[in-house]
Amino acid sequence: MLLQQVVNGLTLGSTYAIIALGYTLIFGVLNIVNMAHGEIFMIGAFVGLMLVTKLQTGIFTALAGAMLTGAVLGYLLERIALRPLRRREVSHLAPLISTIGVSIFLESLALKIFGPQAQSFPPVFSGQLFELGTLKISIIQIVILAVSFGLMIALRFWLAKTKMGKSIRATAENLETAGLLGVNTSQVIIVTVMLASGLGSVAGVLVGLAFNAVEPTMGITMGFKGLAVLILGGLGNITGAMVGGLLLGIAEVFSVAYGESSYREAVAFGLIIILLFIRPQGLFGSGSAQGGR
Amino acid sequence: MISMRKSMKKFGAAALAMLFTVTAAGCGGGSTSTQGGTAAGGTAKIGVVSYLSGGGAAYGEAIRQGLELARDEINAKGKVKIELVIEDSKGEKNEAINATNKLIHKDNVVAIVGPTLSGEMFAVGPIASQAGVSIMGTSTTAEGITDIGNTVFRNSLPESLAIPPAVKKAKEKFGLKKVAIMYSNNNDFAVSGFKTFEKAIKENGMEIVTTETFADKDTDFSAQLTKIASLQPDAIMVAGLYQEAALILKKAREIGLNVPVVGNNGFNSPQLIKAAGSAAEGAIVASPWYPGKDDATVKNFIAAYKAKYNKEPDQFAAQAYDALYIIADALEKAGTTSDVKKVRDSLAAVKDFHGVTGNFAFDANRNPAMDVTVLIVKDGKFTELK
Repeated sequence: MLLQQVVNGLTLGSTYAIIALGYTLIFGVLNIVNMAHGEIFMIGAFVGLMLVTKLQTGIFTALAGAMLTGAVLGYLLERIALRPLRRREVSHLAPLISTIGVSIFLESLALKIFGPQAQSFPPVFSGQLFELGTLKISIIQIVILAVSFGLMIALRFWLAKTKMGKSIRATAENLETAGLLGVNTSQVIIVTVMLASGLGSVAGVLVGLAFNAVEPTMGITMGFKGLAVLILGGLGNITGAMVGGLLLGIAEVFSVAYGESSYREAVAFGLIIILLFIRPQGLFGSGSAQGGR
Repeated sequence: MISMRKSMKKFGAAALAMLFTVTAAGCGGGSTSTQGGTAAGGTAKIGVVSYLSGGGAAYGEAIRQGLELARDEINAKGKVKIELVIEDSKGEKNEAINATNKLIHKDNVVAIVGPTLSGEMFAVGPIASQAGVSIMGTSTTAEGITDIGNTVFRNSLPESLAIPPAVKKAKEKFGLKKVAIMYSNNNDFAVSGFKTFEKAIKENGMEIVTTETFADKDTDFSAQLTKIASLQPDAIMVAGLYQEAALILKKAREIGLNVPVVGNNGFNSPQLIKAAGSAAEGAIVASPWYPGKDDATVKNFIAAYKAKYNKEPDQFAAQAYDALYIIADALEKAGTTSDVKKVRDSLAAVKDFHGVTGNFAFDANRNPAMDVTVLIVKDGKFTELK
């Protein structure tokens, strides 16, 4: 039972972690909370679902297709909702509001196209069950854990070792300085937003697979969880987002397993509040508070 | 300059949208008024408040479709003419209040159907009651709905009448001794269902091993179900809506929890079977709506609904369909299309009405008096549990 609940928590937590990664990337580079992230996540889930049900593709094609769609959406988001605001002297809240606009648009669009009913992936993808003693792990849980951990590790490596990754980190450090040093910052920003949105879409497919409810409003709660993880892990910190996501997942599952299920969210978010009392900068946030840009 | 142009564009779009609405409304108004001219008493305006966008839009949509089908049929028969004024509540109390105020004070409707959720009804019932306008819930099953005021009606069977027979029948049939309960704790309807379950379980001498909660729109139930599985209950009782119910069934079967699952009214939809697939086998619910009933009214309704919307009607559509027929019946007897008081009194007197959900009458408290059938999902279909 304990081990089983740990697996449940890790599955839930790793999806939170991937969503939070998307927020973190964009926040790190642009200092913007992208409120449309949850809806890009939802669109990704629908694209994956359509690929699987309408075109009978495999699950990995569906993941790739969702990622691609997410990246395209990210590109559009950057060009339409973020870039025009960056060029001008506007309040730093303006991009927040414009991304909220995008999120409402995407949700309404999905409602029009796909309808309000929750749809689910065909049972082929949730069939097998591995039993290790008393522990039961479904193939889907394994896929989710593998894909999310794989993506997290790949992302870390990419950011640390490649030229593009270094440019992203430099831009995150300071936009103007990076620009002065020859980094093409507008390209970096586009790549970051596309990458973040692609990750969000993949998370959508994974969540759709795991919990079998793909519907137009699924992005809202998941979006808020991602935001909570963003704060918990430390704003703009990649490791923080990963660890924070897993912690939140496990905290939620354990509060149900060993406490009262009514307090699921209260316990999870209570923990976040306590943690922020002790470490206001989040789990992995740097000590010195960065001045808002 | 660019921003100017953009905002101009937006205004343009908004203006265009408004134009469309106005044209559409104009057309609707025009056609109904010509129809009204042929009938003796003119057209009765009936307001509808339904959950048409957001999380529960699937329910509101079914209700709207049931109402529109009934409206077309009633208008074709020509005894009374009905015009529906449909408002979206988005499942939110404040939106429902705005919609109700608009319907009563601006559209001057003679009666209102809706809103979809019990919680919304608790918010808008007093408003309608104060204005003396009859309001009829077609899906509001929580306790105390009709205590709001004497113009509040419902044709949805309250949970207090539907759950006990289901629990009793399941106990007799499967010899249940200890059960687990799960319910959605942010939905008035499910909380009321939970209380009724608890009472019914105690009255039938069973033991409750654990009570777990979830919230509407939750998708992960693995923690609760893993806990329930470790306690090895003979059955699970679930109070919630079908989207969550389907996910609970799926997850339960996935972790090897193959016990009967007794549900509240939320289980009563073909969508439950569609969404849960083979995991829905063994789901039990009591319902006044049973699509397999050998009854001409039921068969005609299913055929007409399928022809119009290309899908099976569910309980929400069936009850909405009946609701409009009940109102039409009351309007006909009252002989008015505008006097709200006469319509209310005529509604309260409705009895011996035969609809798709069976024989119907309002009791003294404006609750429905009707029969229930206990159903179980078997081979992908609701069948009577005998």
